[in-house]
Amino acid sequence: MWQYLFKRLLHTIPVLFGVSVLVFGMLHLAPGDPAQILLGPEATADSIAQVREDLGLDKPLVVQYATWMSKMARGDFGRSIVLGREVFPEIWARFKATAILTVTSLIIAVMLGVSAGIVSAVRQYSLFDSIAMLVALAGVSMPLFFTGIVAILAFAMKLRWLPSAGMYSPAGGDLWDLLRHLVLPALTLGTVSAAILARMTRSAMLEIIRQDYVRTARAKGLNERSVIYIHALRNASITIVTVLGMQIGYLLGGSVITEAVFSWPGIGQMMVRAIQARDYPMVQGGVFFVAAMFVFINLLVDVLYAYLDPRIRYR
Amino acid sequence: MPISIRESGTADGIPVSPGRQDVSDRAIPAIDDDAAAVDMFTPTQSVAARFRRNKLSIFGAVIVAVAVAAALFAPWLSPLDPDAVDARSRLAPIGTEGHLLGSDELGRDILSRLIWGARVTLLVSLSATAIALIVGTFLGLIGGYFLGWLDSVIMRLIDVLMAFPYFLLALTVIAVLGPGLLNGMIAVALVNIPFFTRIVRGVTLSIRESDYVMAARGIGASNTRILVRHVLLNCVSTVIVAGTLNIGWMITAAAALSFLGLGVQPPTSDWGTMLSSGRQFLSAAPHVATLPGLAIFITVLGFNLLGDGLRDALDPRLRE
Repeated sequence: MWQYLFKRLLHTIPVLFGVSVLVFGMLHLAPGDPAQILLGPEATADSIAQVREDLGLDKPLVVQYATWMSKMARGDFGRSIVLGREVFPEIWARFKATAILTVTSLIIAVMLGVSAGIVSAVRQYSLFDSIAMLVALAGVSMPLFFTGIVAILAFAMKLRWLPSAGMYSPAGGDLWDLLRHLVLPALTLGTVSAAILARMTRSAMLEIIRQDYVRTARAKGLNERSVIYIHALRNASITIVTVLGMQIGYLLGGSVITEAVFSWPGIGQMMVRAIQARDYPMVQGGVFFVAAMFVFINLLVDVLYAYLDPRIRYR
Repeated sequence: MPISIRESGTADGIPVSPGRQDVSDRAIPAIDDDAAAVDMFTPTQSVAARFRRNKLSIFGAVIVAVAVAAALFAPWLSPLDPDAVDARSRLAPIGTEGHLLGSDELGRDILSRLIWGARVTLLVSLSATAIALIVGTFLGLIGGYFLGWLDSVIMRLIDVLMAFPYFLLALTVIAVLGPGLLNGMIAVALVNIPFFTRIVRGVTLSIRESDYVMAARGIGASNTRILVRHVLLNCVSTVIVAGTLNIGWMITAAAALSFLGLGVQPPTSDWGTMLSSGRQFLSAAPHVATLPGLAIFITVLGFNLLGDGLRDALDPRLRE
């Protein structure tokens, strides 16, 4: 296990390096002079020259990259062009909102998706199975922003059960208020993943239920509950965790859209604004932060995967 | 020809070896009626037969056909000019005379805009799929066939692309290139290259070890010839299935970019921009935003059903 862990940890180094090169390159790949881009269209020649010197834009790219990277590693993500504030504290403050949204969606997706998948597999071709799989098929095809708008229309505008935007009410601010605001965005973001998980769990379970060891478990008189949860689900969990790992990437990306629909004050909303305003330090910081986060989440998923499936460890 | 099916069974145009009948219990004729019926025909016919048996995939094919027809024949199908502003009937409800599906905030006919929007939406997503498919297949093919440093370099690149959460990578590309129709297309295409590369590389790895590739090499076939004639041709069905299943995602992603104001820019409009601008009138005229959303949903559903059906018909090994 330790050896696997070490190997997997080593693997993240070139990936993180590639990510950083790509993020660093953004400013240089964009059409136009980086200093001009950073300062905006109203910059004077003097200030452009100043920024060129500050950033070392006249130095070789390798030197520029090294300087930039060492700053990033120390949490110095630069200064936002539009807000004029440090980028990192801004990202950090908004990260909390994004984390609350994605983690809740993930929990919803797992609870809905995995349980629907198990029941569908156990009662294959039942009414529940047909309905669940039809709903899952629709869920996979439903774009997030459309789900969100339908949810707002139904639950916020027509029924008036829940708020449609923001994280807290202007007046309120307690946990209950947060939860009320969280329901619609989290459900919206979780639907697609729940649908995919339901389909995958069902097919993984169906395959495993037909295995010899499941027949053996039944033959030796185990009750159906233990057969399903201990023998089948434990083995299906390998597939489920793989799909889950991929879904986290989807959720992190989808949070951008969900945050835009529900005015959720997270990183995604910040980045869309930053891209529109061509606020490069903000975009670079946001992209780098989320991508690095995702690399580590993937690492965690792989470790979990190795824990669940001993065959991976010895490969 | 009313001959015994098992004797002439030629699923792949190759006579069935006696071994195949013995190893699987599927060879018992009584329970193999379906497969047997399919086996009587040429490969193309049997694929078509397997496809036709699946009602849902037919449904998907019909949806896709309607969407493609709307896009192709927009000038003839559209009742009004999609950009014609009608100040007298703003936000007209569904069923208004002259505006079958109502009108938007500027009084433009929603039905006409949906039909023309199909053109932009499908053009962007189909081109993006084509780009991702061609580049991804090429990388997977040469990586999986030549292996060595070339494969390592390609796979590390793919790893880096995959280190970004899907949609974030598209946003990054837009941040570099700037918002717009073409850039949005490039962005969603780039995000999907790894998907094709990994699938094709996997298939290539198994094909390169096969007897017929060994044989081709033995008679002195060049690498290019082997790659094109043997490896690529054997990837085709897998790639078609993956491509069809990918189109739905492309439509959603491209529409999402437009929805965020980072894709298609006015005055051009696709379903994503229509939905985005209709959001402001959600309480007064919900149909302005929901109709384009519904159009995206149904089209994506159509491509997904079609893809599922093609997968089951062409390449059952790909089943989830």
